[in-house]
Amino acid sequence: MNILKGFEFKHGESIIHKLDPRAKLLFSIVLLVISFIFFNPLILLLIFLSLLPLFYISNVLGDFLKTLRGSLFFIILVFVINFLTLDFIYALSLGLRLILIISCFSIFFLTTYPEDFAEALIKLKVPYDFALTFTMALRFVPTLAREAQLIIDAQRSRGLEIEKGSFIVRLKNYIPILVPLIVGAVRRSIKVAEAMESRAFGASPKRSSIVEFSFKKNDYLFIFLTISLLLFSLWLKYYLHLDDILNSYFHFGQFHPFL
Amino acid sequence: MIEISDLWFDYDGFPVLRGVSLKIELGEVVAIMGENGAGKTTLIRHFNGLLKPKRGYVKVFGVDTREATVAELSRRVGLVFQNPDHQLFAETVFDEVAFALKNFGFPEDVIERRVEWVLKMLDLYDLKDRSPFSLSGGERKRVAIASILSYDPDIIVFDEPTVGQDYGQKERLAQLIKLLKSQSKIIVVVTHDVEFVAENFPRVVLLSKGRVIADGSTRRVLTDEKLIRRANLLLPQVTQVAKHLVEFGVPGDLMWVSEIKGAILKVLGRGCT
Repeated sequence: MNILKGFEFKHGESIIHKLDPRAKLLFSIVLLVISFIFFNPLILLLIFLSLLPLFYISNVLGDFLKTLRGSLFFIILVFVINFLTLDFIYALSLGLRLILIISCFSIFFLTTYPEDFAEALIKLKVPYDFALTFTMALRFVPTLAREAQLIIDAQRSRGLEIEKGSFIVRLKNYIPILVPLIVGAVRRSIKVAEAMESRAFGASPKRSSIVEFSFKKNDYLFIFLTISLLLFSLWLKYYLHLDDILNSYFHFGQFHPFL
Repeated sequence: MIEISDLWFDYDGFPVLRGVSLKIELGEVVAIMGENGAGKTTLIRHFNGLLKPKRGYVKVFGVDTREATVAELSRRVGLVFQNPDHQLFAETVFDEVAFALKNFGFPEDVIERRVEWVLKMLDLYDLKDRSPFSLSGGERKRVAIASILSYDPDIIVFDEPTVGQDYGQKERLAQLIKLLKSQSKIIVVVTHDVEFVAENFPRVVLLSKGRVIADGSTRRVLTDEKLIRRANLLLPQVTQVAKHLVEFGVPGDLMWVSEIKGAILKVLGRGCT
């Protein structure tokens, strides 16, 4: 399951790893916003390229590229569907936008330890139960992927051919895979709940934490840069109308609903 | 028959099998043993083409597994997975066992007959209308086995069949293996259970770090302390006792209770049992 490699935390000592998770979260959100306000493929490509060094200095470029390669199918799918229904530039933009969305999440999850992420959510006043649920969900994604593979193997060994038959038959082929997967996930969640309760989960309403986050010089700098980036992008877009200028240069109409 | 020659396999560049060669003839009952991560499960996944060799080849009845689909190979190679919960999905035990038969395109009346036959053989017939999810662990395991035996494959591979099973279940499994052997099938069992192997298997293949480090009679392999250590296993209990008694003239390669009883009585001068 290479596609998930880029969303799994990878230990590291890089400057990005050491940033406060809240700062990184802000960065990812800003990046997400930027990739939605711009529509020109050139700008989107430029944003994407300027992100690569960030992955590189975090020493996670390889994992990120694996995920990109794994999601190539979806990216091409998005591209082809839009190309067929609308036009080339539009399809290109949406494809790039999908890549950027993947990048935003990838850089965050690759460099942020899940526990730290939970801690950051709590600091942002998210209730502990929700923060924990979220990090546990992340924690179980690789487990679920592994289990799905085992189930697929077991059913193929009993003669199931997933890729065979009409569209309806193919959908039905997934029943023998989804049923054990869901039953297993439910069973496991009950077991996890029991294990947590037997370790006194929820015994005291106020929890303390070993790691206490506080913003350091680098974090303030990073947050400053992030906000500047956002303001700069808004300026480019709504004051200079850079997007529109480039789009008209490409003879690209404004019929689409995103602008 | 299964013929494996210089089989290499890696997961994302991490080598798991490094040049495994192996030949198993019809009618043979073979145990594959070795430490965790030795490559046992990876090896048996090559038998029905779930994994394809990166180097070397695997041939099943002369068919190269790279040139056949998993479905085609599975028709002759039945893989019983370790955890039955990874395959049970149907509403009734009957449907679960009929699943493979339907996939292989058997006619309705044959399916009916086969399922009935295999459920009776594995003592599951009374449960045929129950949901597989409502069964006990041992029963679920038997349903998983039934769903493979139902279509009568020539090669039957069990992955860790004795894990979490009580003695009665193991005994039953041993009986089943004897029965299948009498039908001259190939039976391959992956297991860590030395006692189970000592009692029921004539041949052992020992894997370690992706290589075959021993392949031969169970007595030769399982009573060789050095080999057993290398594969992170333990000598059978009878052999451990025998090795302690070597200085009294008891042979060190005994595996069965009946053997060691005879040997001890002989040392005590009471002979002839």
